[in-house]
Amino acid sequence: MSASKPTAATNTPTAAAIAAAVRAGTTKAADLVEQHLATIAAREPEIHAFNHVMADQARAAAAAVDAQASKGHDPGPLAGVTVALKDNMCTRGIPTTCSSKILDGWKPPYDATVVQALQQAGAIIVGKTNLDEFAMGSSTENSAFGPTRNPHDTSRVPGGSSGGSAAAVAAGFSQFSLGSDTGGSIRQPAALCGVVGVKPTYGYVSRYGLVAFASSLDQIGPFTNTVEDAALVLDVIGGHDPHDSTSIPQAHPSLTQAIQQDVKGLRIGRITDLPEGADPDVQERLEAAFDALKAAGATIVDVQVPAFTFGLTAYYLIAPAEASSNLARYDGVRYGLRVEAADTDAMYGATRAAGFGDEVKRRIMLGTYALSAGYYDAYYGKALKVRRLIHDDFERAYQQADVLLTPTSPTVAFKFGAKGDNPFSMYLCDTYTIPTNLAGHPGMSVPFGTGAEGLPVGVQILAGTLQEPTMFRVAAALERSMS
Amino acid sequence: MSDRISAADVTKVARLARLDLAPDEIERMTAQLDGMLEHFADVDALDLADVAPMTQPFPLVNVFRADVVQPGLDREEVLAAAPAAEEGRFRVPPILGGEG
Repeated sequence: MSASKPTAATNTPTAAAIAAAVRAGTTKAADLVEQHLATIAAREPEIHAFNHVMADQARAAAAAVDAQASKGHDPGPLAGVTVALKDNMCTRGIPTTCSSKILDGWKPPYDATVVQALQQAGAIIVGKTNLDEFAMGSSTENSAFGPTRNPHDTSRVPGGSSGGSAAAVAAGFSQFSLGSDTGGSIRQPAALCGVVGVKPTYGYVSRYGLVAFASSLDQIGPFTNTVEDAALVLDVIGGHDPHDSTSIPQAHPSLTQAIQQDVKGLRIGRITDLPEGADPDVQERLEAAFDALKAAGATIVDVQVPAFTFGLTAYYLIAPAEASSNLARYDGVRYGLRVEAADTDAMYGATRAAGFGDEVKRRIMLGTYALSAGYYDAYYGKALKVRRLIHDDFERAYQQADVLLTPTSPTVAFKFGAKGDNPFSMYLCDTYTIPTNLAGHPGMSVPFGTGAEGLPVGVQILAGTLQEPTMFRVAAALERSMS
Repeated sequence: MSDRISAADVTKVARLARLDLAPDEIERMTAQLDGMLEHFADVDALDLADVAPMTQPFPLVNVFRADVVQPGLDREEVLAAAPAAEEGRFRVPPILGGEG
């Protein structure tokens, strides 16, 4: 178990350094884009991180950024910085598929708020990344367009559901990427691919234009090589959006400033009743993380979160219930696939049967069942109460500790097909990430050395509502301890 | 095959969800849903009588915006993405009188 940093792009400059050079005109965005496109051309056939590479649009956007800089206008804090977007974020006129046959070929008539924010900041979108269909999965094996492979070992999964976004950063296809996290879909692939991944507080980043999976759980966040890059990206995409009525109506403090502070005096919580199941190599890296933070001046405290263990149960009733409602919109009328039939009712059933893959059908069925007459109280209603218990247990823990540290994933990246056809064995991948989504709290995964077979291991940092600044201070301290 | 969920239940739910499932899919789905519902029994021992359900993670009430006319989506662009459109509207098969 080495402590070496397995990030593919360790020597990549920071996003801030790139933007500074492009703003000053000493580096051309056009050259940066060509470098990334060349990397994509070389390795994408093997990795399959993308559903759609936007070479022409990226070149045009880079030329516009360079033109602004040469005229003395400021192209923005992400000037010339390349980004890949999970293919469940709407891009006007550019295919947005959710890796589903039911949306194959659909071109949205509007941009997601995060897309507009990135473009206004001068970032260059290089493509749309692969995912488990409608973000339902933990390996990207559920994509209708074939799996993404882990850049560290192409016989293994990149994690999921944002596997394409994690792999894109790990393979150097883009400086950073965006994913969405409903139950761990940013943090788990970040851990498996050896990059930083952040799920902010629910409402921190606008969901407008993010294709909905489970609306009370979904949140957009970045994948980056460094904690500093993640802070910069969140400073750009975070904030209130009138188009998303669940977005928090206040400005967020700068995370790039927060990471300047050390962790002296911070209380780092160890959850003593955390569900078991993490492999020894993963557990060993978690212990090393506690040691590193202690050496940096933090205090380790024991806390309990008894309801943590019920996260999977509550999640696999609440998320499918919300999904069954959200995915009702795919009916062959307004967009996407239609299978023609004699009347609308027959058309709905035939279209949805042909357009959705197995896992999506399974979750729609589970959610519809949990919401149906006679079962609502026994399943969905009970799950909402368990969600409250989880939230309240976390809140009590955060009175004793500033952040909590856990494994991100119980294992390093696993082989394709390793989880077999028992859906629940795949669901267990998200044991440590799911409770945070239910609570609405922020969480992030930081690469922290390697485990079995030299594969990356991530450590997860959890914090209370809007405690991103503290969470990022701890992440930066862990990263510094590795250098 | 189970007292938790039967093939007849699954057939009914598939109908509610507007999913045409083949007989072998119904069979497979019945076994898989049954397996999941078995896992969910782990919360049965919890006393939830006095616990309020949690429906949203960051409670906000009465989210209003200013009552100002905003541009909507471009009609032609929206209809161009539809499987079928006619005279500025979405076109669908007959709602009544089909084979269903």
